[in-house]
Amino acid sequence: MILGLTRSWTLAGYIVAAILILPLLALLVQATMPDEAVFSHLYDTVLPTYIYNSLILMLLVCVGSLLIAIPAAWLIARCDFPGRKYFQWLLLLPLAMPAYIVAYVYTDLFDYAGIVQRTLRMLFEWQGPHDYYFPQVRSLGGAAIMLSLVLFPYIYLLARTAFMEQSSSLLHASRVMGCGSWRSFWRLSLPMARPALAVGVALVAMETAADFATVDYFAVPTLTTAVYDTWLGYGSLAAAAKLSTIMLLVIFAIVGFERFARRKQKLFQKQTGIDESDRHVLNGSKMLVATAYCSVLLLLAFVLPFVILCQYAVDYFAQSWSAKFFEYSLNSLYISALVSALCVTISLGLVFVRRVSPRRMDTVPSRLASTGYAIPGTVLAIGVLVPLTYLDFGINDIYAYFDQKGPGLVLTGSVCALVFAFCVRFIAITIGSIENSYKQISPSLDMASITMKQTPTNLLWRVHLPLLNKGIFAGALLVFIESMKELPAALLLRPIGFENLATHVYQYVSDEQLELGALSAIVIVLVGLIPLIYLNRSLEQKN
Amino acid sequence: MSTLSIENVSSAYDGTVILKQLNLALNQGEIVALLGPSGCGKTTLLRAIAGLQPVTEGRISINGNLLNGDGVFVPSEQRDVGMIFQDYALFPHMTVAQNVLFGVRGLSKLERESRLDEMLTLVKLEGLAKRYPHELSGGQQQRVSIARSLAYEPDILLLDEPFSNIDSQVRNEMMLEIRQILKQHNVSAVFVTHSKDEAFVFADKLALFHHGSIAQYGLAETLYHHPKNRYVAQFLGAGNYISVTQADEFTVDSVLGKINSTTPLTFNKVGQVVGELLLRPEQLQLTLQDDGNGTIVERHYVGTACQYWVEVGKQRVEVRSQQLHLNIGQNVQITAQVDPMVIF
Repeated sequence: MILGLTRSWTLAGYIVAAILILPLLALLVQATMPDEAVFSHLYDTVLPTYIYNSLILMLLVCVGSLLIAIPAAWLIARCDFPGRKYFQWLLLLPLAMPAYIVAYVYTDLFDYAGIVQRTLRMLFEWQGPHDYYFPQVRSLGGAAIMLSLVLFPYIYLLARTAFMEQSSSLLHASRVMGCGSWRSFWRLSLPMARPALAVGVALVAMETAADFATVDYFAVPTLTTAVYDTWLGYGSLAAAAKLSTIMLLVIFAIVGFERFARRKQKLFQKQTGIDESDRHVLNGSKMLVATAYCSVLLLLAFVLPFVILCQYAVDYFAQSWSAKFFEYSLNSLYISALVSALCVTISLGLVFVRRVSPRRMDTVPSRLASTGYAIPGTVLAIGVLVPLTYLDFGINDIYAYFDQKGPGLVLTGSVCALVFAFCVRFIAITIGSIENSYKQISPSLDMASITMKQTPTNLLWRVHLPLLNKGIFAGALLVFIESMKELPAALLLRPIGFENLATHVYQYVSDEQLELGALSAIVIVLVGLIPLIYLNRSLEQKN
Repeated sequence: MSTLSIENVSSAYDGTVILKQLNLALNQGEIVALLGPSGCGKTTLLRAIAGLQPVTEGRISINGNLLNGDGVFVPSEQRDVGMIFQDYALFPHMTVAQNVLFGVRGLSKLERESRLDEMLTLVKLEGLAKRYPHELSGGQQQRVSIARSLAYEPDILLLDEPFSNIDSQVRNEMMLEIRQILKQHNVSAVFVTHSKDEAFVFADKLALFHHGSIAQYGLAETLYHHPKNRYVAQFLGAGNYISVTQADEFTVDSVLGKINSTTPLTFNKVGQVVGELLLRPEQLQLTLQDDGNGTIVERHYVGTACQYWVEVGKQRVEVRSQQLHLNIGQNVQITAQVDPMVIF
């Protein structure tokens, strides 16, 4: 705490936070504006279906992810079988796989013209679709399966950690009191892991709500696609804002649930953890089942789609290895680098003020700035468009007032809007990682350097910055990757003619030609693997 | 003029009063211990002196310069105080040399080097300048933090429970060593601790805290032998409290018989109960005597002495005695030698 910290730091913090929260506020204001009956038309016709689809999809994906993740987490945390050490981190790989790519690959395999149905028809000499029943891949259920396949690692990761952190002595106590391992699981391990599972479920639900590409590709209309269509189809910002507000209600309900679950989490987590020797060593058929379960899961969720992607890439290498591929990669690269740098700089300032300020009000800006992460890309894009459109018009009006020719749409027509939206959405990551690093720095270091006559800026440069470098790097890396992958916001905000890897890949997906964009898709997947390696290393260090 | 002067200082945080109207004065070269249980406000006062804690009223000045009060607030970075922390607060990304010279300013390269050498010699860490804090033992880290806070020659040194992380085997030695360094340089220091033993070893004067105020301030002996109230008496050592009646100008009556005072008693209430007399366990003597006034009911051997619990009438008193051969059940005569009497 620096008692002499001047108020200009506070002011700066509030200004930055206000800018970052602007899209959310603009959205709420815009939602109250008239919209030429677009919204009431939607409300009378399709909106109930959209809401129903969104909620059912979230429910199905959460249940599906839980069913997939809990056995995997339990096997890895509590049992020992060949390959356990590798599956431990291999099962995280699906996180790097965008759901719409998995969806594309499986549609290619399982739809009417796909290899599976073709083979079946050949084997049983069926003539046409009337002769047999095959479930439709491009459906709500199909979307739920695709999303579960790539989102289950969130729950797996949290559940695994929870199971590992449960102390051995509790299990011993339960066993001594006559509970076998099956009963111990139901009565002890699972209830104790409940807070962690709840947090995982909340994450999965948020990702599902934010998903645009998979449901759009499967033609399952949800709130997210509705926001997109209302803006691009009807051109009604007000109606899109109204839909976005409904979406935000859902999101904030999930966030509230997650916060509630997290509060309880502390009660259950003790640092003792399970001993290596307390893992069940699986033999014979049990071992086979365990290994098979993990292998099949990994195969379906990552290996198979990835191999097929590679196959596409090889087959269509000549067409994909083009100047455009490099242009789009470069676009992705520089947008992501710019966003990372901005996020790090802003977060560092906000978190520093929060750390050293003696005023309680200074905790607010970093909190406010973090809310962006909960907002789905589609919704955020609408939120960014509202104020920037007004600003653009304002700028041109000023030029017109002085009889000058206006500069055109400097904000909404350039990458400004895109960069701004990405910063709002991802700054929570850098704020979080820098805050975490700060926790490792004893407050007495601050006091020591102030009493040794250092100014606040000196404290930041000489003491904090060198000690925060790991947190800064990790945060910047994550923001970089998220910016590479983020699709819906990029689709809505990119300037005309601008493409990056994500929009490029999505273009091919919706044109049923992913083969041509496979190279870009592989880059996205590979870049997505980097944080997983990082995450796994930090987890291993913890163990 | 005192080096540090604290007048009527109060501090509140979130509506809770932490310090109430404190007064304290410290002379050049003195070491004062702020002593008290946790949560009594001693660390708050230390931070207030450093400018790290807001003060709601009162004045703090060092060497006559007003730092707090009358609308003045001098920020920490302009106060010229040195501070030593419980966790030493060494900068982990800097070497010993960089740490020690962190606060040193305005010296030439040569002067900085000689200051570093001087400081490392002082704390007996010659040759460790290039090490990083994590390569040092706890005691060495402690000494680096001392060197660092003396290197820029602050007006006053503030120590926040600096010995609580040191092994009890080496703590005493360490304290004496550092005390010697401070005395050698005539450094004025304020030292926070919750341990009376540390305070006795390290400090010249004690300020005993009680719920945000100073219960008593003075030399260690004064506080031990002339505690102002029961809280002070109890904090600094065990004691028995025996109800006494004044017999005459120099004598009181009690369950232990007549007890004499060398100085005349002040209350002058002959024949009346005047209060409870404080008897430290070592102020009582035991003599084996069949018709003695007490019976031994408990005995604990503590090395150089024995701790006995003796029943006298309806009361139990604690006695610390060099006589190791007395046993439970034996009758003893207890006599008290107290001078002067402390009666509450």
